Amino acid sequence: MAYVAVKGGKIAIEQSILRLKQERLRSGKAASVKTIENSMRLLVDQVMSEGSIYCPSLAALAIKQAEGSMEEAIFLLRAYRSTLPRRYYSTTVESADMQIERRISAAFKDIPGGQILGTSYDYTHRLLDFDLLEESDEQIQKILQQFKEADTDTIIAPESMQMPKVTDYLRSQGFIDPIEPDDSEPKDATKETLTFPCPRSMRLQILTRGMTQAVTALGYASLRGYGVAHPTVCELRVGRLPITIADPANGDDEENEYVIGEIKVTEVESLIPVTRRTEDGRKQISFEIGYGIAAGQNETKAIAMSILDQCLMHPESSFATSDEEFVLYHVDSIEATGFISHLKLPHYVTFQAKLNSARKVREEKA
Amino acid sequence: MNEHINFAFFDEGSKREIRRATLKAVAIPGYQVPFASREMPIARGWGTGGLQLTLSCILPEDHLKVIDQGSDESVNAISIKNLITSTTGVQITQDTEQATLIQSRHRIPEVPLSAGQILVLQVPTPEPLRSVEPSERLTKKLHAEAEYSGAWLMLFEQIMKYGRMATGADHPVRTAGRYVMAPSPIPKFDNPKMDHSEALILLGAGREKKIYAVPPYTSVVSLDFEDAPFEAESFEGKKCSLCGAEHVYLDEILDADGTVRYQCNDTSYCMNRRNRREEN
Repeated sequence: MAYVAVKGGKIAIEQSILRLKQERLRSGKAASVKTIENSMRLLVDQVMSEGSIYCPSLAALAIKQAEGSMEEAIFLLRAYRSTLPRRYYSTTVESADMQIERRISAAFKDIPGGQILGTSYDYTHRLLDFDLLEESDEQIQKILQQFKEADTDTIIAPESMQMPKVTDYLRSQGFIDPIEPDDSEPKDATKETLTFPCPRSMRLQILTRGMTQAVTALGYASLRGYGVAHPTVCELRVGRLPITIADPANGDDEENEYVIGEIKVTEVESLIPVTRRTEDGRKQISFEIGYGIAAGQNETKAIAMSILDQCLMHPESSFATSDEEFVLYHVDSIEATGFISHLKLPHYVTFQAKLNSARKVREEKA
Repeated sequence: MNEHINFAFFDEGSKREIRRATLKAVAIPGYQVPFASREMPIARGWGTGGLQLTLSCILPEDHLKVIDQGSDESVNAISIKNLITSTTGVQITQDTEQATLIQSRHRIPEVPLSAGQILVLQVPTPEPLRSVEPSERLTKKLHAEAEYSGAWLMLFEQIMKYGRMATGADHPVRTAGRYVMAPSPIPKFDNPKMDHSEALILLGAGREKKIYAVPPYTSVVSLDFEDAPFEAESFEGKKCSLCGAEHVYLDEILDADGTVRYQCNDTSYCMNRRNRREEN
């Protein structure tokens, strides 16, 4: 009888995948995609943000399939996303058009349009609410009924919640250096390789797709000491932005743009004081803006992103948080988790090579 | 084969883009061509660069061989084969001579490759200078200027420290007398197989988004010094405990009773030898 290859690998994979299914279903119950989408709003937002595709139902599906693992859910969405044809780029979105649900400024007490606390965990006390252990559908209906009777529109803001940007005020006062509008075509990191120095459009794209915790950690490092300045959040807003595409037949016709939907985003503009020299050589303080944006309600990430954006505009600084390659190469979930997890693959050829080298060195020394 | 997915997973536009980068890589041996690496259904670092090369040039009539660390049947090789066959339906073979397209991680098969074959190697770190210079911007410049002192110094420092070059796998090579190139972490044992290879060798790094190539009959020289010549791993006095092969790359196997024996790392080579012996 001829020798055949051991087919252990194939069976092992099949069994391993079966076990996954078993683990997922072993309790006899599985959360529906709808339940995940409706009750895990912020998780869905994070997965959409890092998965780089705005679709709450697909994000919920990915969360279900991945048993709640962030890295797996994001992986599923990214792999799906890369098979989709990209037919259009949207027209430029102006965030002043945002339908605001929440908006705060840490720079000014009173801002035109006012501060709107909106939906936030900021002022909750983080005490476990044991009542939620037993939350029945009847109780939920009762609470909803109470909201209705109170006639509050606390949850959904009225239609016309559009507000001016707080930075416009500082700009009008001359505290922010005028910057020429840059209407060059944005670079798309999913279609082109990163090159350095990196165009800002690509930099912002990589940060906004970046791992929430990685972007937060690096932003924190900069704020704590591995960076230059303490930023002030000039404005943080959460709300819905309409997305439009140009008329495919007549791209220049601004009257005929098509609204294809709206997305919820968190946008942050941070102010960082910088020293400028006037024409007569005196020093004065101006402010630079760091920009952060993230899909869904994703506030810490958006603030951290605004810090890193400003850091990366100053490559002359010696901090790692100002080093484009250091920051941009290492915040992507697919890349970081992929390369770390590949260490689980067998390396016996390479290890044997290293061992062979180590033995030769020892023999030589002996 | 899944009818809802395009042949070889990608849309034709993506394949064409990857092939364009590949053609450029073939035209400039050893030069790392950037490409828009796709997010794949398998993880970055698990062979996505090789997989994208394979999927972009595979044809329905191809005979495909996939090996991981020398084995056709290791879990990752199986997993990659499953993905490719489910989207292409191509014939799978373990026989190196029969294969028209071979995707491999960290090995070049023992059976010499021949004209018309394509070997695709999976690459984790395509930049041979990365260990001496972390910045991509600077390494690009060093390549442009053919400024390779860093690579030589790395080897020289090893000689000073250990009395010899102590690289493991991925010993840097110079391709066509121009670009210093990472041969992917193949053992030094396999480096000479790249030199004037009859087969086309393509190297793909998915996470680092680079494609590079060694066209057939191209010189590939492992970096060394006149008085400290390049030396491959040696298995002097050892042979495969299954087929008796010598002068091949061997796996060191630890048995439960504490004895050590050796086996061909290239499992299909070993199997063919045993079968041939049986026939005679």
